[in-house]
Amino acid sequence: MTFETRNLTVRYPRSAGPALSSVTLSTPAHSLCAVLGPNGSGKSTLMRALLGVAPISGGEALVDGVPVDRWARRDLARLVGAVPQNESVAFPLSVRELVAMGRYPHLGPLRAEGDVDRQAIDRALERCEISELARRSVTTLSGGELQLARIARALAQEPRGLALDEPTASLDVHHEMAIFELLRDFAATGITILLVTHSLNLAARFADHLLLLHRGKVVAQGKPQEVLDADILERVYRWRVAVREDPLAGGAPQVTPLSLRTSRAPTASA
Amino acid sequence: MVTGLLLAVVVGAIILSVRFGAVPYGTTDVLAALAGQGDETTRTIVRDLRLPRALLASFVGGGLALAGAAFQALLRNPLAEPYILGVSGGAAVGAVIAIAAGAASAGSWALPLMALAGALLAVVLVFRIAAAAAPTLDVRVLLLAGVVVAAFFNACIMLVLSVSEAAAVRSAVLWMMGSLAGAGWSTVLIAAAYTLPCGIVLVGLARALNLLAIGEETASYLGTDTNRIKRIVYAVASLVTAAGVAVAGVIGFVGLIVPHAVRMVAGSDHRVLLPASFAAGAAFLTLADLLARTVWAPTELPIGVITAFVGVPFFLALLGRGLSR
Repeated sequence: MTFETRNLTVRYPRSAGPALSSVTLSTPAHSLCAVLGPNGSGKSTLMRALLGVAPISGGEALVDGVPVDRWARRDLARLVGAVPQNESVAFPLSVRELVAMGRYPHLGPLRAEGDVDRQAIDRALERCEISELARRSVTTLSGGELQLARIARALAQEPRGLALDEPTASLDVHHEMAIFELLRDFAATGITILLVTHSLNLAARFADHLLLLHRGKVVAQGKPQEVLDADILERVYRWRVAVREDPLAGGAPQVTPLSLRTSRAPTASA
Repeated sequence: MVTGLLLAVVVGAIILSVRFGAVPYGTTDVLAALAGQGDETTRTIVRDLRLPRALLASFVGGGLALAGAAFQALLRNPLAEPYILGVSGGAAVGAVIAIAAGAASAGSWALPLMALAGALLAVVLVFRIAAAAAPTLDVRVLLLAGVVVAAFFNACIMLVLSVSEAAAVRSAVLWMMGSLAGAGWSTVLIAAAYTLPCGIVLVGLARALNLLAIGEETASYLGTDTNRIKRIVYAVASLVTAAGVAVAGVIGFVGLIVPHAVRMVAGSDHRVLLPASFAAGAAFLTLADLLARTVWAPTELPIGVITAFVGVPFFLALLGRGLSR
């Protein structure tokens, strides 16, 4: 299963410039691809275009080699699970009910959940390690638990691809690491993952392929070592950074933003 | 399970409603009358007055609660109710015009027909306005369009009432308070013909409504054609409401509180919520109508007074619960 774009241009109605212009991306199957870039650089738009909900005005967005607008929503949902950034639960719902929604594309309008569906739900809960939360109401979950439940829902779709929009935003270190390791495991079991994130360092450690966007255009893409270049990052984020390969991070390049106030030593005390 | 239990309650409510009134009957009298035996007065009262009235209350109450639950999911707003998008305003304009023109006193088809026409006009108008503003049918725009259209119809009602005679104003106001007094087999048939098929469609969409309730973007990613579902739900829930208003006027609170009460007991899964709301709404309105007929007999209270007297304290308790959480 692959996500691919060719010269993709997206222009939202009533907006001055395009949200994405001429973006070409190809993710190898079974890999974890992280989309990076400052706020408003078009990361979410790229994901939405690949999921068929953004207005494509030029080029192509292909899911498993087929233009996304040719997929029926139900068929696409059997192939790709998605965790969007925003979602509010208007009515109280148990974690299990939320995860069970992932079975929707596999069910007819009147067919009840069968053993196959219940097993898929149980497996998804187990893999995300939230089986013990199954009966809890989603309104009582912490931010990290809710994200795990939403990832479990996408997993219950039994997809071959996953698309996630900032799944670790505003989460603590524990949940951030737990989610990245989970995604790494998914990729190892053959799921292709497209991940929008602001965590440069975790993306460098866990992703196979990075795509750096700036103002709707691709600035760099490739292996973490190729993309996380201090000069490129400084230009894109308008902030000075240092990049070093860190043995604690498995040798992956790690980005440290530098203080603009000239070299005040952190230990300095008068 | 919950729905089955509630359906039993509906049957009980209908039996009670047929037994009690200005003249109370025993169950054996009622059964005899239904079987075509017993004296003629009893037969007429049971078969042509009380039974159709109880059935009408069931269909209207069930339909309103069902539509309320559907609108709450569609608009993703727990305060939504069947009249929120101007259906009742449109129906009221039709009804008030019919009454002011003197067509209602004939006790004919004119009043429900005009009310139905007004309601359908409102449904189409609100949809056209919302669809013109946002082709993908943004529910926030839909809500605004509904509120604006309702305000416009309200002004129309005031205009017509201000130039009407006192007697017409009185019967118009009474109509707007809602009443099941006009019940007959023909109105039962109208209500059933709209409510039952629409109810089946809505229950068939229950799973999609579950998804819509957590957000349109997520619903799309889970395989729902959100555009199509929103249009169908809007049309079908509006039709149920229109039929209810046409035959029984504007009966408040059923469509708001019954879905909430059911949600508190049976949860938010629309596969249970929709049929259970129908049954609970049917039982609630049948019993409310029984109270309206009997507590101040022989004077009949407007049924909206009963539903509000029961509904307001309930809703306040609900709000209190929500605030304390």
